Amino acid sequence: MSAPTTPAEIGGIGHSVQRKEDARLIEGQGNFLDDIELPNTLHMAILRSPLAHARINGIDSSAASALEGVVAVVTGELMDQHGLAWMPTLSGDTQAVLATDKVRYQGQEVAAVIATDPYIATDALELIEVDYEDLPPVTTPQQSLGEGAALIRDEKEGQTDNLAYTWETGDRGATEAAFAQADRVVTLETHYPRSHPAPLETCGILADVNSVTGQATIYMTSQAPHAHRTLFAMVAGLPEQNIRIVSPDIGGGFGNKVPIYPGYVVATAASLLIGQPVKWVESRTENLISTGFARDYYMKGELAVTDEGRILGLRVNMLSDQGAFYSDAQPSQFKAGLFHVVTGSYDFGAAHIDCKGAFTNKAPGGVAYRCSFRITEASYLIERLVQNAAYEVGIDPAEMRLRNFIQPEQFPYETATGFVYDSGDYPTALRTALDEAGYEDLRREQAEARAEGRLIGIGIAHFTEAVGAGPSRTYDIAGLKMIDSAELRVHPTGKAILKLGVKTQGQGHETTFAQIVAEELGIPATDVKVEHGDTDHTPYGLGTYASRSTPVGGAATAVVSRKLADKAKKIAAHLLEAADEDIELDSGVFSVVGSPDRSVTIQDVALAAYTNLPEGMEYGLEDVTYYDPPNLTYPYGSYIVVVEVDPDTGVWEVQRMVALDDCGVRINPMIVEGQICGGLTEGFAMSAMQWITFDDDGNCIGANFMDYLVPTAWETPRFELLATEVPSPHHPIGAKGVGESATVGSPAAFVNAVIDAVAHLGVRNIDMPVLPDRVWAAIDAAS
Amino acid sequence: MFPSRFDLIVAETISDAVQAKADAGEGGRFLAGGQSLIPMMKMRVAFPEKLIDINRISGMDAIERSNGHLHVGALVRHADVAASDAAFGAIVAAAPWVADPLVRNRGTMCGSVAHCDPEGDWNSVLLATGADVVARGPGGERPIPIGEFVDGAFTSSLAEDELVVGLRIPVPAGRSGGAYLKLERKIGDYATVAVASHLELDDSGAIAAAGLAMTSVNPINTKVVDAEALMVGQQPSAELFAEAAELAAAAAEPRDDVRGTAAWKRQVVRTYTKRGLAAAAQQAEGS
Amino acid sequence: MEITVTINESDHAGDVEPRTLLVDHIRRTVGLTGTHIGCDTTSCGACTVLMDGRPVKSCTVLAAQADGAEVTTVEGLKTADGLHPIQSAFTDDHGLQCGFCTPGMMLVGASLIAENPDPSDDEVRWAISGNLCRCTGYMNIVKAIRTAAARTAAAASESNGS
Ligand SMILES: Cc1cc2nc3c(=O)[nH]c(=O)nc-3n(C[C@H](O)[C@H](O)[C@H](O)COP(=O)(O)OP(=O)(O)OC[C@H]3O[C@@H](n4cnc5c(N)ncnc54)[C@H](O)[C@@H]3O)c2cc1C
Ligand code: FES
Ligand code: FES
Repeated sequence: MSAPTTPAEIGGIGHSVQRKEDARLIEGQGNFLDDIELPNTLHMAILRSPLAHARINGIDSSAASALEGVVAVVTGELMDQHGLAWMPTLSGDTQAVLATDKVRYQGQEVAAVIATDPYIATDALELIEVDYEDLPPVTTPQQSLGEGAALIRDEKEGQTDNLAYTWETGDRGATEAAFAQADRVVTLETHYPRSHPAPLETCGILADVNSVTGQATIYMTSQAPHAHRTLFAMVAGLPEQNIRIVSPDIGGGFGNKVPIYPGYVVATAASLLIGQPVKWVESRTENLISTGFARDYYMKGELAVTDEGRILGLRVNMLSDQGAFYSDAQPSQFKAGLFHVVTGSYDFGAAHIDCKGAFTNKAPGGVAYRCSFRITEASYLIERLVQNAAYEVGIDPAEMRLRNFIQPEQFPYETATGFVYDSGDYPTALRTALDEAGYEDLRREQAEARAEGRLIGIGIAHFTEAVGAGPSRTYDIAGLKMIDSAELRVHPTGKAILKLGVKTQGQGHETTFAQIVAEELGIPATDVKVEHGDTDHTPYGLGTYASRSTPVGGAATAVVSRKLADKAKKIAAHLLEAADEDIELDSGVFSVVGSPDRSVTIQDVALAAYTNLPEGMEYGLEDVTYYDPPNLTYPYGSYIVVVEVDPDTGVWEVQRMVALDDCGVRINPMIVEGQICGGLTEGFAMSAMQWITFDDDGNCIGANFMDYLVPTAWETPRFELLATEVPSPHHPIGAKGVGESATVGSPAAFVNAVIDAVAHLGVRNIDMPVLPDRVWAAIDAAS
Repeated sequence: MFPSRFDLIVAETISDAVQAKADAGEGGRFLAGGQSLIPMMKMRVAFPEKLIDINRISGMDAIERSNGHLHVGALVRHADVAASDAAFGAIVAAAPWVADPLVRNRGTMCGSVAHCDPEGDWNSVLLATGADVVARGPGGERPIPIGEFVDGAFTSSLAEDELVVGLRIPVPAGRSGGAYLKLERKIGDYATVAVASHLELDDSGAIAAAGLAMTSVNPINTKVVDAEALMVGQQPSAELFAEAAELAAAAAEPRDDVRGTAAWKRQVVRTYTKRGLAAAAQQAEGS
Repeated sequence: MEITVTINESDHAGDVEPRTLLVDHIRRTVGLTGTHIGCDTTSCGACTVLMDGRPVKSCTVLAAQADGAEVTTVEGLKTADGLHPIQSAFTDDHGLQCGFCTPGMMLVGASLIAENPDPSDDEVRWAISGNLCRCTGYMNIVKAIRTAAARTAAAASESNGS
């Protein structure tokens, strides 16, 4: 790791500065959505469909309306009168706000009760009678696209089947040709199951619409407050200048808090109609059954390889389960997100990807759960395939990777699907991780254990991610370009305020972004206050998800700081009576080249910016930058997992997890490592236990934390972290973003480890989550 | 998620509680640790009209040995059992694996027994150790052997107006050992499969008494009577335990579900029975 | 019904519905919002408070059951002497990210340290296994609790020695 260039008191890049946000959080003084109370607040509860697919013949809410304390019952019919029964999704589809015609998944919003107290609102739900007429549920995408499946989206003009989208990319012809050259084709069919980000704080809103002034102040758990303001203006037809979105402290997001959910629209409409603030906070069950699922891809990957273990080409067929509405939160040109990063870390010439999405009677979502838009699925597929290819060819899985890596000198490297990877040194990363793990010894132990009837497995994954969406020529969400911003103002006493378009949900923006300013201007990080989340007080940006804060918002912060540095140098030159070009800035001290004792500090300059300026210069020291990244950034890493499998029960335990990450320059190493530990845990969770499934009737299994299994400290492995640091050449400070790498990269490492333990028996696939009964069945079937 | 409305009666004495329950009739329910009942009320799958809180009744919070028995009062929390020096064998082994540390600070052993959840851990332990449930009604106290107490999933043979005031678990006189092996998916999960084993040895080292019971693999916690009978009088051995394990596997009728297939669960029963009995035997031999 | 709960050493008397959950009483009636709600099934521990010294899930206790009890919430950790060692250790060791699980984690940690001055990694993990965190992967939470234990022990031996 490169050493910090600023002293610790300044706390620029590379210092593990303590987090500013902690002070309030450790004293219970955080300000989360449900902590906000306004006078006369009403509480909303939502009635949800118990059935996966049914026609609504009528809703009787009279008893609920009559309950003492109930102010209103809102149905789809009422919303329809205001043109709000349906809303657009982020992927160009429409989604029901409150069901009018039929329900299309279990948990769908049917009606809402507004009451003086949340307990009473819940009581009232039980009094609403809905007359449902059962329709046949469609519970898998295969069934959905097969013969005779019920049409889910019968309301959609021109929709005659359950196909949500098709998308293909890559070069079919070149890929066919590569496969024709191959000595063998390695095939893997696997399912990346439905998962849910499940941040510990659920989603919620407190809508305060003033019917006289038209001012709508909307407090919500939003990862993207500015985008939400614009979308609210578009959906609800409210004038945008009157909408203020305030995203307070957020108890984790992980993609769950990117979309706009029906509950938000109903609460806002209710506040407008009633003239009082309306609060809705999801229960955990609501969160899991209705908002923002992730993954659910059925993937068939084929790898064309030579007998020497060279990869020639890749072919993927993919079928995604979209649920009832196509509402993936992703850049609009990419129907399957950035799935085409599936070529991974390897140098080969041809790839072709064919994707289809199907509607089913399940919750919509398709959010990027700690993942830059479907990269998790892609990374998982290629790393599983490469491991299997090694078994088939008969070489070590580590060696297989080393033989096919993109080499350091090949960067910038254009992949077969058109990404231009910015930088990296994959062989060094993998070798460093292998050394740390003691790979050779592990292989020896594995062989010895096998001789005793014990099953040890060593799994490797070397992932490459594509984050920091994104360049405006290609990346937009609902038409909004994926740029981001930073506004920096230095006050006369030399203290600064930085306002961001991105929004933290625990990543520590208030600290990290202050460190970027500290690095660039030499103002101590503790003197830089970071503001974010309030659209009235921050510049426009698309928000925090897909690891884009550092690549985009961080770049904007560096650039705006440099703009200020340029002006500050001119002021310093004036104060020092030197030429502008003779001034250098180092850790907050401006000095004259060649005579270091002639110097002023950034604090002197800040005061001068308001008191003593060169002729003709405008007062003040502030500016704003909107950053349009020239490219994505491509963090990568090498993960190694060791497991032991109990052959009698299929239960497996992680013995070691070595994780090397290269996310370019690390602004705050402590925070980066914290992000990695969190991400690795999510990866472990998805590999081992955390999934949402459905029975044949479309009932959600995984609807609460007794069934949707989030690992505790007891199950979670210990992690051994390593780092290399190859900066991004196009990012102003060389950083790449890290919030999601570990979630993207680690599932394949865990699953590969279990497969590796039983690969000698011929096992090549166990679907996630790798439940012990699946492992046992695989062993049983193989032996 | 909030409970629906109810009246709360805070009982100060056992007889108050019993009387209140009798008065309340069908709509009445005792509230002990609340770690099963309150979640059910929040989910609105339980909606008692009257809750009779027994937590303030004094004298029911002891776990102690006397007259050859371990007595566990109705207000002894799972955490108290885990921390107790009086407990032994399978009880000690099971206590840390019930629920999670915070739930164990509230939930009671007796509440769990009374709840008769087939996925609950304690009833298997009581079946293996041959315990009695002590019930108090208007007419006085009666011991109910655990096998008779558990009537079905979530139903017991307790009368409407009876309160469980404690448990009476025989303490083995000679050498003994026990185990509770539980396969759970994570902390806080109910058992996918669990096996309680209890062995007592005579002076020759032969098995004088054996207890074996299973959690989560049948509609109720199940005592594997034929395996117990098989083992009595025999010397502990891997072969014997393997045979017992086959009987246990045969007595288990698990279902395919999200936790795993029936075939696999039976395999876990087999494995855990072998391992559990071996651990119990080892503990007994060392005692 | 009328109840009085001692929260962070001050008495709060009030009238509650029997069905009011302790967590709602603390958050909505008493107005201490540091205690959070993260689930419906008593699974997450975001609502953890100490009740008569023991950590419990306040979403699964009736407010009426806390009548007469001593309750400590996160707001009660800090004393006139300053932050509780668990609080400063959480900051120093980066034991929190979004901070939503943090009050519960710190309260469990504080009660563990009170009983076990030198908990091992496994003992800490076991103690916090009723509390979920979605952000940190637990590594730094475990570290922070152990740091707090070590500092508490060091401070105790210092004051004994003097
Ligand atoms: C997250 C979580 C995980 C759990 N995991 C497990 C687990 O792994 N294994 C396990 O065994 N349990 C588990 N439990 C349940 C826990 O053990 C409960 O404590 C127990 O089931 C009930 O005890 P209680 O004292 O809380 O009873 P309550 O919830 O108060 O009552 C339960 C039922 O028993 C009745 N009852 C209670 N006491 C008496 C009495 N003295 N006389 C007559 N009737 C009475 C009540 O009326 C009610 O019907 C879990 C609970 C939670 C919340
Ligand atoms: S809110 Fe109490 S345990 Fe989750
Ligand atoms: S810090 Fe976010 S849940 Fe723990």
